[in-house]
Amino acid sequence: MNFEFSEEQNLLREQAQGFLKDNSPPAAARRVLDSGADYDEGLWQKIVDMGWTATVIPEEYGGLGLSYLELCVIAEELGRAVAPVPFSSSVYLATEAILMAGTDAQKEEWLPKLAAGDVIGTLAMSEGAGRPTARSLECEVKDGKLSGTKIPVPDAGIASVAVVLAKSGKRASLYLVELDQGSKTAFKPVNTLDPTRGHGQIRFKNAKAELLGKAGKGMDLLDALLDRAAVLFAWEQVGGAQAALEQAKEYAMGRYAFGRPIASYQAIKHKLANMYVKNTLARSNCYYGAWALNTDADELPLAAATARVSAIQAYYFASKENIQTHGGMGYTWEFDCQFYYRRSKLLSVAIGSEAMWQDRLIDAYEEHAA
Amino acid sequence: MDFKDTAEEAAFRKEVRAWLKANRPKKKELEGLGGIEQAKLWQKRKYDAGWACITWPKEYGGRGASPIENVIWNQEESRYDLPQGVFSIGQGMAAPTLMMWASDEDKARFLPKLASGEEIWCQLFSEPAGGSDLAALRTRAVKDGDEWVINGQKIWTSGAHYSDYGILVLRTDPSVPKHKGLTYFWIDMRAPGMEIKPIRQISGDSNFNEVYFTDVRVSDSQRLGAEGQGWQVALTTLMNERASIGAGGGSVGVDSIYKLAKEVEIDGKPAIRDPAVRAKLADWYCQESGLKYTSWRTLSALSRGETPGPENSIGKLVGAPKAQDMASFAIDLQEMAGAIRDPKLSEAAAMYQETYMAIPGLRIAGGTDEIMANIIAERVLGLPQDVRVDKGIPFSEVPTGS
Repeated sequence: MNFEFSEEQNLLREQAQGFLKDNSPPAAARRVLDSGADYDEGLWQKIVDMGWTATVIPEEYGGLGLSYLELCVIAEELGRAVAPVPFSSSVYLATEAILMAGTDAQKEEWLPKLAAGDVIGTLAMSEGAGRPTARSLECEVKDGKLSGTKIPVPDAGIASVAVVLAKSGKRASLYLVELDQGSKTAFKPVNTLDPTRGHGQIRFKNAKAELLGKAGKGMDLLDALLDRAAVLFAWEQVGGAQAALEQAKEYAMGRYAFGRPIASYQAIKHKLANMYVKNTLARSNCYYGAWALNTDADELPLAAATARVSAIQAYYFASKENIQTHGGMGYTWEFDCQFYYRRSKLLSVAIGSEAMWQDRLIDAYEEHAA
Repeated sequence: MDFKDTAEEAAFRKEVRAWLKANRPKKKELEGLGGIEQAKLWQKRKYDAGWACITWPKEYGGRGASPIENVIWNQEESRYDLPQGVFSIGQGMAAPTLMMWASDEDKARFLPKLASGEEIWCQLFSEPAGGSDLAALRTRAVKDGDEWVINGQKIWTSGAHYSDYGILVLRTDPSVPKHKGLTYFWIDMRAPGMEIKPIRQISGDSNFNEVYFTDVRVSDSQRLGAEGQGWQVALTTLMNERASIGAGGGSVGVDSIYKLAKEVEIDGKPAIRDPAVRAKLADWYCQESGLKYTSWRTLSALSRGETPGPENSIGKLVGAPKAQDMASFAIDLQEMAGAIRDPKLSEAAAMYQETYMAIPGLRIAGGTDEIMANIIAERVLGLPQDVRVDKGIPFSEVPTGS
């Protein structure tokens, strides 16, 4: 029985933490927020140079061939740093989809480029309010041509390739679509709750689309992909929740009211203790998720949903109560509390909401119990 | 990271399973015995075969097993519905305190009988004026030659009426600040001058007692730690209390409520198909799973010979309110029939109703939710203590409400 990361993985964590402290301070997110840029290009290039985009890609495709535990470590640190980069889109979603469902030729074409950061990938799933289903999809592929609109698509303005969920006949499939097809893939930026992560709308008009995985199996493939991504998103969320708790604690220790630090009042203590409790439960569930992802365990759907639901709740709670602990200053543009508040909500709907994952959790529980 | 048993652990588990299967008491053996006799029978059988208190050193009746082996033992033992419970205070709290503070002679005298279940211990800490603020306790011990004379009252003493011995903290010097005037002793629960009165709880049961002391005499040799060192010794007990008082709630959990939600209907469909029911169950599953893997992380640190982090301090704070909410929810699922508290008529032999009535006590016992949150805030997060108006003041001059 061993539930800890290895010494090497903890070294990687230290290295990642140090790197992001220097290269992805809150000022980096602020620059992206103020400038309206899609991402911090310099930071992204450095992350690519460190090989993080290549982490789990097999060596034969130009990757490092490391395990998912290494990727979980990196995810947590990126979450802690609220890094303004397209890592989740390109690595947890596009790379994972191709690793999972791609043909040898598709892997050969895309994985080396994704590993080397030559291209950024993303997943185009949403078509507006509500959960997409095979029935609800308007995006449709006929004779290898995709038409319809996806909104919002994370990193749509900088991605070169998207994994697109679309209808083919009555059923849904996944497609690989290059995003440089001119007016056939028209992009428009979309303002979101968290402008430190660029999002956009893509209108496809007879765009060339290549099937990814089996035809008609789009919803199953998407489910499997989201199970894998959920663990990685959850680690990002736990990292962010921990950072919000630390920020709240630091402020409460230094802020005096009625002659003493506000951290000595039980109302504040209990608030921070609650953050700690939620973060600890979420983190422990993430350990389970990391193990399940790394070993491709049968429990992955259950472990992923558990990690995801508890991480959504922990990050939301920590980010809102962090602002509350700061009082009025926490609500100002100048303070950094906003980054966690924005990111927590963005991540909580990024790959299906809390309600969807609660439902999936019970589905998985029922399957597991049966 | 590997959540599976190692080869040694798997071999140990196999050994445990085989022994439990062959030796667990059969229904016939337990027939006609009271709860305590049943528990004593099972405990003695484990002791005789070397399976009692397995992490204790062999010389005290244990097995010298590792914390991981203990987890495996507990997992396997809990697969059966076996009579136990009355030993948890003695084995979980008194014993670790004795191991650290008692003389070798007392250790040899008491620990094996604690392990074998032949002697039951209780804990006499709380008082009417000292609960969350335990160090405000007032029961006096005055030295008289080689003896101490005790007068006062303890309260919330679980199992005082069937215990053989107790551990207790007493005020030996009221002229110094409260933490400094305490001394720790063990006591024979049949000592003259002690009177035990059961307390009737809101559940109707009586698990706790008031214990009155009138000129009760204990020998100075029953002292654990130095005179005035009682608070420090008590901390040993309290650290272990948090480990041994579980979250409670027994079998009320996602598994039981899932079964119930499959049986009862909402609008003509099984309740489990209702999104609101699913969402609640999912949240509770996350808490159960989070607690489980938090404790596994703690064990993982133990098995590597490291001191575990503070993560495990959240168990009772999360578990007790969760059990309360789940019992309440399970009652709601049954609509009006949920109000019936009768093992013959209620779902699951009235487990939800019993838990509903029992849990308010567990949210208070061994540190209230609020005290647990303070502990996390102060000891884990390192936040400053609240202002304490009794700090540095002789105990006899501290303001009181009575």
